[in-house]
Amino acid sequence: MSSWNDPPGGFHPASVPDYLPRGRLAEIQLQRLQAVVTRAHGRVEIFRRRMEERGLTPAHVRGLEDLARLPFTVKADLRDTYPFGLFASPMEDIVRLHASSGTTGKPIVVAYTKADLDVWTEVMVRTFAACGLHRGDVIQNAYGYGLFTGGLGAHYGAEALGATVIPISGGNTERQLMVMQDFGVTALCCTPSYFLHLLERAREMKIDFSRLRAGVFGAEPWSEAMRQRIQAESGIKAYDIYGLSEIIGPGVGIECAHQTGLHLFEDHFYPEIVDPTSGEVLPEGAEGELVLTTLSKQAMPMIRYRTRDVTALFAEPCACGRTMRRMRRIGRRADDMFIIRGVNVFPSQVETALLQVEGTLPHYQIVLTREKGLDRMEVKVEVTREVFSDKIRALESLHRKLEDALEHVLGLRVQVTLVEPRSLARSEGKAKRLTDLRNV
Amino acid sequence: MKLHQLSLFLENRPGQLRAPCAALGKAGVDILTASLADTAQFGILRLIVKDWQRAKQVLEAAGVVVNVTEVVPIEVDDRPGGLAAALAAIEDAGIGVEYMYAFAAGPMPGKAAIVFRFEDPDRALAAVKERGLRVVDAEELLGKKSM
Repeated sequence: MSSWNDPPGGFHPASVPDYLPRGRLAEIQLQRLQAVVTRAHGRVEIFRRRMEERGLTPAHVRGLEDLARLPFTVKADLRDTYPFGLFASPMEDIVRLHASSGTTGKPIVVAYTKADLDVWTEVMVRTFAACGLHRGDVIQNAYGYGLFTGGLGAHYGAEALGATVIPISGGNTERQLMVMQDFGVTALCCTPSYFLHLLERAREMKIDFSRLRAGVFGAEPWSEAMRQRIQAESGIKAYDIYGLSEIIGPGVGIECAHQTGLHLFEDHFYPEIVDPTSGEVLPEGAEGELVLTTLSKQAMPMIRYRTRDVTALFAEPCACGRTMRRMRRIGRRADDMFIIRGVNVFPSQVETALLQVEGTLPHYQIVLTREKGLDRMEVKVEVTREVFSDKIRALESLHRKLEDALEHVLGLRVQVTLVEPRSLARSEGKAKRLTDLRNV
Repeated sequence: MKLHQLSLFLENRPGQLRAPCAALGKAGVDILTASLADTAQFGILRLIVKDWQRAKQVLEAAGVVVNVTEVVPIEVDDRPGGLAAALAAIEDAGIGVEYMYAFAAGPMPGKAAIVFRFEDPDRALAAVKERGLRVVDAEELLGKKSM
């Protein structure tokens, strides 16, 4: 029952639950769901109150379908109860705290007991194993170490896998590349946009990273087009990893070698898809907002947490043999959407249009401004070697094609500005695709 | 016979022209002639330099997008009607001119050199030679000290 990219000698023992028969999995899920609801009800005041308002007690959870009756948890709940209001364990049982960078006001704080950390490590081992990594691999972990969950989450998973871990953390591109070359790195963890930045510099510095064969990329939405570009330009296999601090950190879901959706580790994180507006649970295959329930979390159980990530779930068996349901890669967040002149726009739609015209995805930035009460949308696109011509006519035609393609996809005329290469900000972390200067 | 021309993409903003020229200057690359084409939004700077491979390397290291095309330097008489004669040869052969510009200094007294960008440089070369027009030898042009 091993996939073709699993190491010789079979898979890592931690991966066993990946292949649980569905019936057995459902039993485990229900048992854990009942336990976690009881725990949250008994120990988290805000959750108990919301249950009472609905006339519910943990005894009402008789089947997995009863989950839909329980109240949602949203990000604002974490802020409103800052710092420790959602904890379900006494401080002396909590062995680790992480926090997010709150862009406005207070950060959100998440907590782990020893058992929570063990689960986290387990799902990260399963994550790396699904990417075909094993003992003997050299994993460069360029996720930030510190309050952000990415660095330490990937770190302990990679160690438990038996790989060699380089805890380089984020930033310092030249050093990243030197280490990648000199230490014979075979796998890299970072954001996909940072990897593109590394690739660009590697080309200029003539760095050889031919031993690199896998990238575990996440912490920001990226498109299939971007994956294709990364794989074609670097020759590595680029895996999409999914996770969020509120649930555990990285390790909620991962692609296998078939790259047809992300397997969710649903023995620990139970997924639902709901209508982002009404909150109704949607049928399988429908697109909507991902809602996750932590089935085994002790320190900070999350019941029906609204991730704001837009995706769809499907249960068809995967060619890799894993029974964990897959979710479509997340191209967008419910929050990323912006409205311009009454039209809903997702950055992923802009990517689609740019890709249609250029064949590969250039660096771009969306700038929203308001002039005399009228919204304007500008897309700045870096000119690449591939599309640049010495003829004005050819560039003007490219410019027009970009505007036409965007109008076709968005139903809205937007201004395209061709800009010099590397003139748009390159993040060392998440790509900044949208600048909204409208002061709304 | 053909020359390698470098084309650079520039945003149409004050100061954008200087950076690539300064980079070439710092690297000691001689610019033999230059021509700027522009729209309201962007410009294309076309350069003929002494050592185009090195210039390309220097510019790309400075983050500039560079495109290399082959252009044909044709010698024309420095007198009224000199350019028209050359254009007649090209037109008669049914060859389109994408754009053209003058070389800064002609190869010899009484002559001027015009740099032509053709869709099909080889066919253009044959057509002008057939009319007895001289295509300036690259060595000859590149050997000259720049202005």
